[in-house]
Amino acid sequence: MSTLHTVNKSPFDRGSLESALAHALPGDAVLLIEDAVVGARSAAARIAEVLKAAMPACSLYVLGPDLSARGIPTTDVIDGMTVVDYAGFVDLVTGHDKTQAWL
Amino acid sequence: MGYQWNGQEIAADEEGYLTDLSQWNPELALLIAEDEKVNMTDDHWEVVNFLREYYDEYQIAPAIRVLTKALKKKLGEEKSTNKYLYDLFPYGPAKQACKIAGLPKPTGCV
Amino acid sequence: MSDTKRFLYVNRKAPHGTIYALESLEVVLIGAAFEQDVSLAFLDDGVFQLIKKQATTGIGVKNFAPVYRALGDYDVKKIFVERESLEERGLSEDDLMEITHENDDEEDVSSVEIVDRARMAEIMAAQDVILSF
Repeated sequence: MSTLHTVNKSPFDRGSLESALAHALPGDAVLLIEDAVVGARSAAARIAEVLKAAMPACSLYVLGPDLSARGIPTTDVIDGMTVVDYAGFVDLVTGHDKTQAWL
Repeated sequence: MGYQWNGQEIAADEEGYLTDLSQWNPELALLIAEDEKVNMTDDHWEVVNFLREYYDEYQIAPAIRVLTKALKKKLGEEKSTNKYLYDLFPYGPAKQACKIAGLPKPTGCV
Repeated sequence: MSDTKRFLYVNRKAPHGTIYALESLEVVLIGAAFEQDVSLAFLDDGVFQLIKKQATTGIGVKNFAPVYRALGDYDVKKIFVERESLEERGLSEDDLMEITHENDDEEDVSSVEIVDRARMAEIMAAQDVILSF
């Protein structure tokens, strides 16, 4: 039983990302979409540390079209995070037993 | 729609549920019951009063299966069966009795 | 009974400022008719939904807090509240309203269980469907 956790709000605005990471179990995936993608930039040190800490246990993803829309180049994304397109989003949903949204 | 009571217009929604439940009173209940073609007896009042007490406590009009369960506890087996309640309120006990009790449409009614 | 799925409603927002808490409660009550295995989780600011003595007259909205106490009548018997979320907000179990249901011996027992974050993660992982509010 593995879960895909989606987060759609900025981690600078609210605690959804950190709460999602605190409840994700080893083998789960976490996908940042919509405003949450602003948290995927390596230059934002505090949030980047939080994401890196989760990495050995969970796989982390960020939605490319939402990065592009916000002018964030994929080269700015934290090492170890995978950029996916919408097809990749669908694959993540189907590749896990369930999806849990962190609003 | 609404109800004409004591020279006042009492507002209700399109299905006849009171808009402001603080406007309810027993005479108005009789008027609503008349509209619903329900002739209020003591047995009817028992259910209506029970619903009002339930709403007062929980701020919710119970769904029918919740109502029957709660009535069973309070009034006993024979006064809580679906048949008994449908005999009293032929067009749906939760819906009709709630309307007469001045409550909103029951939650969890699907 | 093979059609029964485990549903968890996850509540993470304080009540009254947004519609999330009330919407969640309405979905729970309507969903209760489908006789699934339902649990509710309250974490982060969601723990404020269960605080005692909410009085909303001053803000002109309906106080739906008493409705949580009717959940037992709707056969919703498992309410998990996260300990860390309470502690971070300076709250404890004593600040929460009493929510009970009738057990098989017709005794009223508490539906609320305080669980730590690790246990909450396990509860979430064990579900078939998670509905987030």
